[in-house]
Parts: sequence; structure tokens; C-alpha cells
Amino acid sequence: MRAILIAIAAAAGLAACSSTPDDEQSPAAVEERQQGAPAADAATTQPVKPGSVARVDLTAGKIPARAPHTDPGNILSRRSIYYDLDQYNVKDQYRELVEAHAKYLRSNPKLKMLVQGHTDERGSREYNIGLGQRRSDGLKRMLVLLGVKEDQVESVSLGEEKPADPGHDEAAWSKNRRSDILYSGEF
Amino acid sequence: MPRMRKLLVAYVMAFLPLLFPFGAAAQLSIEITGAGAQRIPVAVAPFAGEAALGPVITAIVKADLERSGMFRMVEVPAMVPVPTEASGVNYAEWRSRLADALVLGSLAVRPDGRYEVRFKLHDVVKGADLSGVAYTLSRDQMRATAHRVSDYVFEKLTGIRGVFSTRIAYVVKRGPRYELQIADADGAGEETALASLEPIISPAWSPDGRRLAYVSFENKKPVVYVHSLIDGKRNVAANFKGSNSAPAWSPDGSRLAVSLSRDGGSQLFLVNPDGSGVRRLSSSNGIDTEPVFSPDGQSIYFTSDRGGSPQVYRMPAGGGEPQRLTFEGGYNVSPRISPDGRVLAYITRNGGKYQVATLDLTTRQTQAITDSDKDESPSFAPNGRMILLATVVGGRGVLSAVSSDGRVKQRLTISAGDVREPAWGPFMK
Repeated sequence: MRAILIAIAAAAGLAACSSTPDDEQSPAAVEERQQGAPAADAATTQPVKPGSVARVDLTAGKIPARAPHTDPGNILSRRSIYYDLDQYNVKDQYRELVEAHAKYLRSNPKLKMLVQGHTDERGSREYNIGLGQRRSDGLKRMLVLLGVKEDQVESVSLGEEKPADPGHDEAAWSKNRRSDILYSGEF
Repeated sequence: MPRMRKLLVAYVMAFLPLLFPFGAAAQLSIEITGAGAQRIPVAVAPFAGEAALGPVITAIVKADLERSGMFRMVEVPAMVPVPTEASGVNYAEWRSRLADALVLGSLAVRPDGRYEVRFKLHDVVKGADLSGVAYTLSRDQMRATAHRVSDYVFEKLTGIRGVFSTRIAYVVKRGPRYELQIADADGAGEETALASLEPIISPAWSPDGRRLAYVSFENKKPVVYVHSLIDGKRNVAANFKGSNSAPAWSPDGSRLAVSLSRDGGSQLFLVNPDGSGVRRLSSSNGIDTEPVFSPDGQSIYFTSDRGGSPQVYRMPAGGGEPQRLTFEGGYNVSPRISPDGRVLAYITRNGGKYQVATLDLTTRQTQAITDSDKDESPSFAPNGRMILLATVVGGRGVLSAVSSDGRVKQRLTISAGDVREPAWGPFMK
């Protein structure tokens, strides 16, 4: 069925491309070019060099460039680091990620970052605000050690209030023990 | 078939409250546990005149007294004529019905269209008239008047002030919506003070019952607000860099204790309700949070993990060296102090379960008063007799109440949604 549709579409496309016979057109205007032979009127035609096309760009300056931190192909679009139970140190496996964000912030001194620390759901909500704060403070400290300006980053806590996974087992809890990075415009 | 029918009845019962919005948004189921609980048998005769005007008073009085866990309703036979507060009483007859006390009353319409509720309380054992009250009220004050009758009866028979006329605050999460609700102590009359698409936690009543402080996440970070209930006006009380949370009112209503991370790490501060005058109170390398003032305003109880694990501490309200109060187990949090200042209630983790415990500050004896699983946010009634708390039943957040000695347990079910963060309001002047 799909093959038939493609075939029909292709035929339609080709039909659109084919020139309709125009009886008004004078045969004399149609030039016949022979392979290798220069055109009859060399002064008004240019030789076509195969493979070279001059680019005319009408979009320059009109399409906003995609910000690196929203580019899915860029490490900066990875915004979460995860923690073991009762831990708030940044694990080695996230070092490269944190360094990438630090470098980005250093290169863009006007850009602001919000780090939100989270916990799993167990225990007192207010004590979990404190634990989440330890996590976001730890990440901010690491960024500052990597040369980021103190006032470029605010570290806060959402405690257990905004889980990434609403489940009630370790699989869910391990996804909720995290720090999330937000950039200006996202908060 | 009988099982199907039972299921059908259960479903109908669950949805009934949705059909009757007035005063039925929340329903209470009472589970009285504890062998040999000493309950006073009391007979509440139907208030004369109620049949014609609409049965409101008698049912509420009976439900209030029964819900306190301190009274057992004695069945009242049909009597002709229906007795009123002015009727003579045959005490011997009521003693034979095993009632210790008797309430007789009436409800009538006045010529001006308002209502009159009158009642009298009798001590059947002593054969004495304990007096009563007459109220003049408008129709919309019916429930409030019934609660005042309950308060009177309760206090006369137990010597303790009743809390039937108080209100509770709590947060309900329904899908993406969070609502800060205020309801009567029996769950009726639910009204929304704040609706939000971001979480609300830690509501705290001002001592005069006119305002709530709470933490809102509407700014993508925790911020403390003070919110006037009558007109909905609110102001930011604390929005410093970092997190701002755990508000608690001083007994005179002039200050809030809060936990702020503005200086690095969560520490205790004092701030005025209008947001001015912030000053630091605690200094530790740990998390200091969940402050509460003692009723005399001289001390602050709080949670701190400065010693390596979260425990309850007490410090002078003006600042000074804190004293550790909890020593059993590795997780003791959420301290609350009874209105008489003598008992600390808190959440303790016991074998992985989060439960309510009390610490007698005079004897230093601790007692587990719940044995459930995910208890949170305990809150004393203003007479100190009951503790309201949040827990999880069947995967859903619900409110529960337990007597401060652990003997009486009640479940408060809100019709839909996940309920959490209860706070019992004060006695109102």
C-alpha cells in the first residue's frame, strides 16, 4: 500500500516537472548545446563548472542560532547529576559534564544558572529541603572551584517535592536523588 | 452475589460525598483502638423542633463527642412528647439506660426569621442539672452553633476545653494542582486559600488564627509567604538567595523562625512577618531546620544533624547553646510542642518506618504513639489532646488523628486527591 502511494506521489511529482507544450514559444529561442562544444553566443553565457555553485544566503542573521545548552547534540543539554543514598558529593562519572557547564558559564559571564537539588521521598519534607540544598550547594561549589563567578549560580532545593519518577521503590528513588541545572530563560 | 453487593455499596458510599457538597467534602471514619478505653456514656436526645426545621444540631453534637474518643453514645428511645431543655428529667430512668450524662435541647425559629438553639446538660450520676446555653443565630451559623454545644458538653464533663469549633489547614494535590485548604475540625466546610501549579508545604497558623505562613515553590525555589485568610492578601516573608522554608510563629505573632540557606547550609533565622529584620539564630555545620517556639516563647525546638544524624534539639529563643533531646535511633525529626509545653511530639524512624512518638519533657520518657509506616507533619490540637498527622494508606496521602496517649486513632478522608501537611488552627477568640 505504502509503495503504491510513493509511486503515485513520484508520478505526480514527475508530472508536475514535465513542461507543458507551449505553442507560443518560438523554436528559434531554444538553443541546442552539444557536448563539449562552446555555446554559439559566448559573450552572454558563462561556462558551467561542474561542482561549483556560488551560495546566496538570504537567511544570514535572521534564524537565531540554537543555544549550545539547548542543543541535544551538545553535552550541555545534559542537565542532571545523580546521587547515592545520603550522599551529596559529585560522583567522578559526572566530572566531565560539570566541567563542560563550568567552561560554558566562564565563556558567557552574563548567563545565569539555577541549580535545584532534590531528594527521594523518604522522611521529613523540610529535612529533605536541607538535604537537597546540600546537593545543589555541592555542585555550585564545584563550579566556583572551576572558575565560575559566585553570583552567576544560585543553588536551591526542591526537596522531595518534584520527583522525576513518581514510583515508590529504589528504581524511582535513584532517579529522584539529583541536582538539575537550569539556565536563564528556564527559570 | 453478596460480595458484589458489598462492593457496590462501598462504591456508592465513596461517591456520596460528591453528591452532597455541603459539609460532605471530607468524611471521617473512626477507629477507636486500645483495650478498655474509658469512654463516658452520654445520651443526646434529638433536639425538639429539629424534625420540622432540618436535622443539623443533634447529629453534629453526637458526631463531635464520639469523634473525640472520650464519649460513647447511648441510644435514646423515641419519646412523646420530645423533651426539651425545659423538661423535667427522671434521672433514675436514665441511669437504668446506663447514661452518665444527658443532653436535651430545642431548635426554634424566631419571629424575625433567625433561629434559637437551647440546650441543657444533666449529670445523670449525680442527678444534677449542669446548666446550659441559649444561642440566637442565623441559618448559616447552624454548624458553628452545634460545635459550640459540643464544646460546652465536652468541657463540663472532662474539664478540658473542646476543639470542635477550631479549623485545620492542609494541602491537597490533585493531578498537577496543589491547593491549600481550610476546613472545620470535622472536615466540613472546606475552602481553598491558595491554588497553585507548584507545591505548597509547611502551612503554619498565626497565633490569632487570621494568617497562614507557608512555603510556596511558585518561583522555582522555596519561598516563605505570609497570607491573610480573610482577604487573600499575601506578602513574601523570606526570599533570600537559596532556599527559604520551615516557618514557625512566635507565640505573640511578632516573629517567624525560618530555615534559610542564604549563608551556606540550612540555618535558623528570625524574620518579621513582613519580611524585615532578618537575623541569624543558629550556627552549625549541619542542617538546622523545622524550628518551633515553646508556648512561653522562651525556647525554640528544632531538627539538626549537627551531630551526624538528624535529632531534636532545644535552644534559647534569643540564641545560645542548643541541647540535644532525642537519643534513641538515628532519625528523629519534625518536633512539635504541646500547648502546655510539657510534651514533645516528633517523627521517629523505627526499622525503616516513620512513626509518631512523644517525649515527656519532665520525665524524659518516650512513647511510640503510632505504628504505621509513613507518618509526617504531626500537629497538636490546641487543647493538646489530639495530634493530627499526614500518613499514607493504600498509596494515597490521608490525614489521621491520634490521641496524645496513642489510644484513640481516627482517619480523615478527603474525597479525592493526595492530602498532606496538616496544621491544626488555634482557639479563636
